[in-house]
Amino acid sequence: MHLRRDVFQAIADPTRRAILLLVASQSMTAGAIAANFDTARPTVSKHLAILTECELLTQEQDGREMYYHLNPKKMKEIADYIEPFRKMWDARFNKLESIMKNYKQKK
Amino acid sequence: MEHKTKIHAEEGQQTIRITREFDLPVELLFQAHTDAELFGKWMSHEYATTKMVMLETKPNGGWRFETKDPQGNLVFTAQGVFHDFVLNQKITRTFEMVNSPFDVQLEFLEFEKLANDRSKLTMYSIYRTPELRDQLLKLPFAQGLSMAHNRLEEIVSKLK
Repeated sequence: MHLRRDVFQAIADPTRRAILLLVASQSMTAGAIAANFDTARPTVSKHLAILTECELLTQEQDGREMYYHLNPKKMKEIADYIEPFRKMWDARFNKLESIMKNYKQKK
Repeated sequence: MEHKTKIHAEEGQQTIRITREFDLPVELLFQAHTDAELFGKWMSHEYATTKMVMLETKPNGGWRFETKDPQGNLVFTAQGVFHDFVLNQKITRTFEMVNSPFDVQLEFLEFEKLANDRSKLTMYSIYRTPELRDQLLKLPFAQGLSMAHNRLEEIVSKLK
């Protein structure tokens, strides 16, 4: 199975982070988003494609216009990326605590 | 509910701070980090067994542990050197994953007595760059993702 582009790679880029911030306040068309940047329109389109591919943005057709929305569910997933690291240490320390409590009783 | 183990990792910095309070005297908390057998026990879990193969608890002493899967294959080795060693108070050490693209990290472990049967550990890990730190923070996340992915593949293959 082929894994899609890494979401962390997607948010590592400052322009893409700026796009996410823009779209967070309201849904926007590609044109409206591009108007906020000095970079060429095709470059902005490429960033939008990457963000959409990673499901950080979703597209919705409204008449002739295509609007970009932020996907809050995916954003939350990224915000929680530290949680597995915390859980790993928490499990280790829980084990340390129970082993040492046993050890103390045996002494 | 507040978590017992807390992780502090400010954006753009290259430090991780882990804090945890234990229902243990500080002497036992410290011993869990200096006794090879005990250390191996709490670093092991059902998917992997960790064994301390070297643990010279003194300044300039070396340490090394090996982690094996249930089939006995070596899956992970880490090693480093102790720089500072103050009984029941402080350990300063380097930490390096052998055969990995990650650079060595510097670790400060501070042990604190809170009450007779209560103690606190504060652990600082310092990485070469903020980017490297973020990569390491994401390792368990990435492993979780790939484990979920493997399970999915397993289920799908059974469907065929």
